[in-house]
Amino acid sequence: MARLDIANVSKLFGSTKAVDDFSITVEDGELVCLLGPSGSGKSTLLRMIGGFEKPTYGSMTIDGEEVIHLPPEKRPTGMVFQSHALWSHMNVFKNIAFGLKLRRLPKAEIERRVEAVLELVGLSGYGQRLTHQLSGGQQQRVALARSLVLEPKILLLDEPFASLDQHLRERLREEVRDIQQRLKITTLFVTHAQDEALSVADRIVVLRDGRTEQIARPAEVYREPATPFVAGFIGQMNLVSGVVADGRFGHSAFNVPAAVADGPATLAVRPEALAIAPASGAGMAHVHRVTDYGTHAMIDVELPDGERLKSMMPTADQWTPMQKVDLVPGAFALYRDNGVIYRADAALALAKPARKTRSTVHA
Amino acid sequence: MAATLPAPRGRIDFVGIGFAIALSVAIIFPLIVVGTWAFTEVWRYPNIVPQQFGLRFWNQTLSRADVWSALTLSLQLSTVVTLLSAAICLPAAYAFARMTFPGRNVLFFSFLAGHAFPKFGLLVAIAAIFLQLNLIGTFWGVVLIQLVGTLLFMIWIPVAAFQSVDRRMEEAARDVGASPLRVFWSITLPQAGPTIAAAVLLSFVGTFYETEGAWLIGAPGIRTMPVLMITFINNQMVIQYGAVLSVLLWVPSFIALMFARRVIGGGAFARGFGG
Ligand SMILES: Nc1ncnc2c1ncn2[C@@H]1O[C@H](COP(=O)(O)OP(=O)(O)OP(=O)(O)O)[C@@H](O)[C@H]1O
Ligand SMILES: [Mg+2]
Repeated sequence: MARLDIANVSKLFGSTKAVDDFSITVEDGELVCLLGPSGSGKSTLLRMIGGFEKPTYGSMTIDGEEVIHLPPEKRPTGMVFQSHALWSHMNVFKNIAFGLKLRRLPKAEIERRVEAVLELVGLSGYGQRLTHQLSGGQQQRVALARSLVLEPKILLLDEPFASLDQHLRERLREEVRDIQQRLKITTLFVTHAQDEALSVADRIVVLRDGRTEQIARPAEVYREPATPFVAGFIGQMNLVSGVVADGRFGHSAFNVPAAVADGPATLAVRPEALAIAPASGAGMAHVHRVTDYGTHAMIDVELPDGERLKSMMPTADQWTPMQKVDLVPGAFALYRDNGVIYRADAALALAKPARKTRSTVHA
Repeated sequence: MAATLPAPRGRIDFVGIGFAIALSVAIIFPLIVVGTWAFTEVWRYPNIVPQQFGLRFWNQTLSRADVWSALTLSLQLSTVVTLLSAAICLPAAYAFARMTFPGRNVLFFSFLAGHAFPKFGLLVAIAAIFLQLNLIGTFWGVVLIQLVGTLLFMIWIPVAAFQSVDRRMEEAARDVGASPLRVFWSITLPQAGPTIAAAVLLSFVGTFYETEGAWLIGAPGIRTMPVLMITFINNQMVIQYGAVLSVLLWVPSFIALMFARRVIGGGAFARGFGG
């Protein structure tokens, strides 16, 4: 149980900025997901917390104590690597017991603790197995147990399940979440799978090129993405560039009210908030493809300029490719200069459905 | 990671069997001939089997003091050279594998360069230097020359071994509280162990059989087993002396192989050679 404070941390590798002025306070017992595309600095950040990389600037404290100058073995952190990094010349028991032996605990105590943690990760009785006699999921559980047995103040997980199949990944992340909540252990979880972040995190940090794009609760990151990048990165999102003029955002097939200053803007609307209707006039857009998922249908709509948007509709029945349609956005947001300038929630937009227009405004 | 070689699939592998037979003939046949000669008292043309077996030549060979002193000397030399080589080369190999320092590549390839040119010329040059240093005909002179011969195995193979140890494994050990030294001892060395053991064995056996350096630098004061064997064969045309000595010379090979099997286990040994 601990609180982690990271203040203005940057990491330079030569001239590349892997992490750029990063700050966060992780509360006691909180699980924070670091989410971002490949190369966004997630691992670098985690490795700095674990003590494997030294920040170029900034400070890091755990429970108020500066840890920047401590080597990994002196830090109260436990790290689980993507490649599990189990020691193949030791069996499961020895892997987990190694850290306890270094702490010179009595033999009986070591045995008791190893047994307990094996039970915690659901591997009772596997102590004598060699690591290559385990499945990928079991190996990751052992790696987790190896960290947990030392009761670290901060648990660091670097894409621990990335190499596992979808099904197993879902199960293990639920288990990790359960264990984390039971032990109330402060945790940082790196992933580039947004579903993973949305399902387990208390808060999500979205990173891009080493910079923080947004730090917020999962629901907020999903519903109110702070930047167009987050909007595009989390879940499915249609992004359309256009121009605001006279209180309306315009694009070839869109014209929606938006009370903001004139100028270029990007409209973001989720497929579930973008309805379509059979064209009342000539119709500026047409159906490109219809995919029926059973529970819902996804309609790919092509705009006159060739751009494609996704619209989620309850059924696939009434839609056929090449059919002319009108777009009816519900909740949407406008972005300018990497920030939100306007948000329309669904109720408002439904009350005033977007008026169809023939006048095209090009961005 | 596989601890065993992949099992051959159902069909009979004729090419493989052919190779196995060819190899057996090439390696085992001469061994059998030499082995037979060692226990032969009379074997005249055109007989295929010796006329008379016996241990007479064993008695004669083993009763010679120079044979025993040469054997002891050879074992001492090989042990000292291998230990020294390990003490010098293993840390160096670790440095090559894990650290960057100026001149790293040049230095690394210089170990290969020593083996890229005809060795005898190099030896003569070294001998000239040793003559000035009064090292000719001394134990330590031979140790030095043979040490040079082991550098290649003892640097290149361990470098590869250290490089192939997963860095994450070492980091995971730091993470649970091990100091860098402890990580080396408990993780890096055991992981690289089988391969390094193979290098140490190669170096021991290679040193034991080394003749050029031992003869050039050691003569006349220092006579190793192989040098003694050559002298025997050159001076007295009694095949049996040579044969008995060869059989004696197999002893370190057998000990080395048994040791390898016991300590490392078949699978790990294969892994050491990149299996
Ligand atoms: N040791 C290093 N030396 C030089 N550059 C590095 C080093 N480690 C990371 N980088 C660079 O820092 C940036 C961030 O890398 P990092 O590994 O943190 O990304 P990541 O978000 O973990 O990506 P991934 O999802 O692929 O694991 C990348 O541009 C990478 O090339
Ligand atoms: Mg990474």
